[in-house]
Amino acid sequence: MIQLNNLSAGYSGNPVIQNVTMKFTPGKVTVLLGPNGSGKSTLLKAALGLLPPMGGEVLYDGVDIRQLKRRQIAQKAAFLTQSRNTPSIQALRMVLHGRFPYLTYPRHYGRQDYAIARSAMNATGSLQHEDTNVLQLSGGQRQSVYLAMALAQDTLTVFMDEPTTYLDISRQFQVMQTAHTLALEGKAVVLVLHDLSLTLREADCIAVFQEGRMLCHDTPDSVYQSGILEQVFGVSVHRMNTPHGIQYYCTRKEV
Amino acid sequence: MKSLQIFSTRRSNGIFLAGLCILPLAAAAFSLLFGPVKLPPGQALNALTGREADPVAVRIILYSRLPRTCAAMLAGAALAVSGAVIQTVLDNPLASPGVIGVNSGAGFAVAFLCAASPPAQQYTPLAAFCGALAGVLLVTVLSQRTGASRMTVVLAGVAISALFSAGIDAVVTLVPEAVSGITDFRIGGFTGVTMVQLTPAAWLILVSLGIVLSLSRQMDILALGSDTAQSLGLSVRSVRFILLVLAAALAGAAVSFGGLMGFVGLVVPHTMRRLLGESSFPLLLSSALGGAFFVTVCDLLARVLFSPFELPVGIILAFTGVPFFLWLLFKQKGVRI
Repeated sequence: MIQLNNLSAGYSGNPVIQNVTMKFTPGKVTVLLGPNGSGKSTLLKAALGLLPPMGGEVLYDGVDIRQLKRRQIAQKAAFLTQSRNTPSIQALRMVLHGRFPYLTYPRHYGRQDYAIARSAMNATGSLQHEDTNVLQLSGGQRQSVYLAMALAQDTLTVFMDEPTTYLDISRQFQVMQTAHTLALEGKAVVLVLHDLSLTLREADCIAVFQEGRMLCHDTPDSVYQSGILEQVFGVSVHRMNTPHGIQYYCTRKEV
Repeated sequence: MKSLQIFSTRRSNGIFLAGLCILPLAAAAFSLLFGPVKLPPGQALNALTGREADPVAVRIILYSRLPRTCAAMLAGAALAVSGAVIQTVLDNPLASPGVIGVNSGAGFAVAFLCAASPPAQQYTPLAAFCGALAGVLLVTVLSQRTGASRMTVVLAGVAISALFSAGIDAVVTLVPEAVSGITDFRIGGFTGVTMVQLTPAAWLILVSLGIVLSLSRQMDILALGSDTAQSLGLSVRSVRFILLVLAAALAGAAVSFGGLMGFVGLVVPHTMRRLLGESSFPLLLSSALGGAFFVTVCDLLARVLFSPFELPVGIILAFTGVPFFLWLLFKQKGVRI
């Protein structure tokens, strides 16, 4: 399990996040919410060791991240990045790269790696594209290939930075469903999202950020009750019972 | 850089690579058999295998055509692989050995040598290699100090190249006699290359090629972008540095006996990307084979087209490579790039 203790991190000496303490519980879908620039992506990078901590610590199963090799980190946490390079290669080869942290010399992917990669593609619904060049896939199909790569990494914690951005509504639901499936398998799933209604409906717990500080970390119900979202985002958030369960929606703030 | 390959299945990939293995060998055979002096193939074969042959034929084959053929194959393979590595590492389709300071460093060292001591021109290869390595080292150290992002490498490279170019111009202005030696070096070619000059460079090239090929998986991961690569457990900074040093060794060794032929490092890897895609192992292997083939054929043409006069190989490289490359671009227009 990954735990942040009083963590501060940022770029070129300026801390973007300050004194964040939280843990990413296995079996839960945790969503990080906050306006643009509130430090969510920075938090993910610091938790993955892509940014060195400026203060506090990141613990992986109780071990300080600074004592771990990159490879060891990669065996414990996967990261679906927001921006990335898309090389011209077949989808299956792309997903196979998720097995890189487990390769030993001479770094050839074995039969087991292929099996894991294919089952990861099956889980994200991208198996029918295994022979297609990634560049020929649509944005949504590509996203499911990248998600499969993160799954093939077979880690206890999965971080996703805005995995639903640019996706159509059914793909968004599909991503959330995959997140829940992973949580059911006992993984800690951590997502950065911008859709308040989707988050309140789907998350197991929500952490709200503003200007680099974590304001609360609680269940959707408590976060909604506390009214903190209205304060942070400057909108009104409403809840209603529908035949399809409790639904949330936002409106402009009434003055 | 982003392109769809023509040979898309693994099977056709394999067939293409096998075919590509034959091409440089055929080119080498032609390069040994043909030249300004006509030799019967039997004589050439005897000279090569050490059986009794006409002493003139033996001299031509062993001291002129064999070193030249080896030089062309090695330089082609080294420059093409160097270009492929640098393009991937810097994620910049325009990158070539010249971008990280190879050409300007080597050029300045040669210019300095030509001006300082005209009789010492036999040491041109050594000076070129040291200059190339010094140029790259300066660029990488500068970019490490300033953050080691892909952009700082390119910017540092451009800055250092400008500085060295000014240095070359200064040398030429102050010592006009040095200009002929520098021009020869700048155009590039294999005239008068000897096995003695070639041997150390050849070892360096072969060893570096082996190491680069063994790092192809790391290159694949690097091509996914630095955040993804790091989260997959790759030490991006050190892998980038190692690959850049290897690319510099390859290009520097090639430049040391062949002069500046930067174009090979740009056109061959891009051609292979378009034909095979961007999986690193086939890309590197095909670049090595394609580069060896391309330069050997061009060197042969340079020798025989207007024999007994010889054209600089750099000119042939551009006149044959550019039309082919443009044809490839047009053939695939409409493809998302």
